Amino acid sequence: MAITTEPAAPTTETPPTPETPAEPPAPAKDGWQLNSPLVLTMVLLLVVLAQAPIRTALSAPVMQSWMTVFVAVVVQALPFLVLGVLLSAAIAVFVPATWFTRALPNNPVLAVPVAGMAGAILPGCECASVPVAGALVRRGVTPAAAIAFLLSAPAINPIVLTATAVAFPRNPEMVLARFVGSLLVACVMGWLWTRLGRTDWLKLPAHEPHAGETKGAAFWGSVRHDVMQAGGFLVLGAMSAATLKAVAPASWLRTAADNPVVAILALSILAVLLSICSEADAFVAASLTQFSLTAKLAFLVVGPMIDLKLFAMQAGTFGRGFAMRFAPATFVLAIAGAVVTSAVLL
Amino acid sequence: MSRQAQAAVLFLIGTALLHAGLTNLYLRYVKAGLQPLLLLSGGVLILAALATAWYEWRRARAEKAHADIPVPDDSHEPESGHGHVHREPRISWLLLLPLFALILVAPPALGSYSAVRTGTAIQQPYGLEKLPADNPLTLGLVDYATRAVYDHGRSLGDRQLKVTGFVALDKSGAPYLVRMALNCCAADAQPVKIALTGKIPPVLQPDTWLLITGTYSAKQTKDPVNNRPIPYFQVTEAKPVPTPKDPYDESWNQ
Repeated sequence: MAITTEPAAPTTETPPTPETPAEPPAPAKDGWQLNSPLVLTMVLLLVVLAQAPIRTALSAPVMQSWMTVFVAVVVQALPFLVLGVLLSAAIAVFVPATWFTRALPNNPVLAVPVAGMAGAILPGCECASVPVAGALVRRGVTPAAAIAFLLSAPAINPIVLTATAVAFPRNPEMVLARFVGSLLVACVMGWLWTRLGRTDWLKLPAHEPHAGETKGAAFWGSVRHDVMQAGGFLVLGAMSAATLKAVAPASWLRTAADNPVVAILALSILAVLLSICSEADAFVAASLTQFSLTAKLAFLVVGPMIDLKLFAMQAGTFGRGFAMRFAPATFVLAIAGAVVTSAVLL
Repeated sequence: MSRQAQAAVLFLIGTALLHAGLTNLYLRYVKAGLQPLLLLSGGVLILAALATAWYEWRRARAEKAHADIPVPDDSHEPESGHGHVHREPRISWLLLLPLFALILVAPPALGSYSAVRTGTAIQQPYGLEKLPADNPLTLGLVDYATRAVYDHGRSLGDRQLKVTGFVALDKSGAPYLVRMALNCCAADAQPVKIALTGKIPPVLQPDTWLLITGTYSAKQTKDPVNNRPIPYFQVTEAKPVPTPKDPYDESWNQ
């Protein structure tokens, strides 16, 4: 394999870099404390020293395929995460809280569909919508509206709908069904929150007080915090998606396709486990040719709303108590929404 | 993780993204169209790292100026350990994993292991483009498979064809030439397979890239994984070639 020799080149630039950004602050720590910059430097040096044994350990085909999918999910999602984080930092710092109270109807029942429709303007996939929804809640937007936005944005924006149209050239009604089904589920989830939701389920991580800081400091502080946190959860989700892709056999799908009810359930679970970006999931759905259109629609509605990667990110942004209740409810409602929509439209 | 360490990690991830985006490394993992976004986000992360370092430095200087003028040697300061250090999420440490994977290991593009486990993803085309009149004709593997199965080779005739892909062997040892087709990233990559017949090299290593020359064959088989058709290719010559710049087939994106 000619490829294994290539990656040696970039390693030469790793050792010097950790020092550069860490140097200016020069922390005045007391005595012998194992602080994180020190741990970080040691971990980096150790990994660089041990890279040869690490590489041989990872050369098995399963491990290589696992790593490729893992790196691919992270590399693909990071640009969208950064986009969402920039937007959420801008909302948190530059948009005054009063703007949202004026833009959204006061009645939460009306605010939900408005926020759901607003999801259509966020270009990108689900990784961008989680930090933005978090910033909305922190900015005093009613959680019900933020939830509707969180669920609808990844599925109904123009980029994703165009991709769906390209993937289903013979079934243009899929685009409409995806739009209607996703918006419906997003609104129902929002309304459900206004009836049953309790604010103490939400545990938004306390951002450092923005009071004494300049706007620039607050902006970059928010960017740093969100990238580090949501990024960590993204890695967690990418690991589970890669495990599924590398380990689970694909042949069981064939038996699932035969029974219409099992087929819908199977594709919904697959959407959760695969954690594919909502910009690409239509192509994967289209390739599952042995399944019914309803099952494929369930795949397209469930995937952008709840998957392993999203669950990890939601738990990080809104707290574990919220995610544990929110995820199953979303999953069930998304399947129901897809079935109802396909009964009407497909 | 302290803010200094966070700045370092952000900087490293930004550099890794820039490095992957500026070399062809990123093509092993994501589609080519993602390059501008990749470079942009790499730049933003580096900027965030520099901004964090800069504000930390200013804060440290401001604290020094304000706090303890009476005690010039700040070797023992219990309050700086408790009151100030903000507990940052532990989960951030996980970000080191993709960093190591990308910089130190740089795993190869998906190969025969995933190809054999996944069914061929051949799709019925909506209209076929007219082929140039060259002979021999260089053709994408996905294009060949599509024309062979859904057009029954009418546009191929008995022309000499050149197709590039990597070798995969199924359980019985039958050789296939495969190209992974990609829509967004390697997580959604799916194989398109053609089976080889004719003058096949006696020893085939999985994952070797081959440029095969030959003609259309009307013979077809079924993929055991998903029962979809796999067309044959009549090989007259097979030559090992280096891995192409973009190992995936991205023709579905156009």
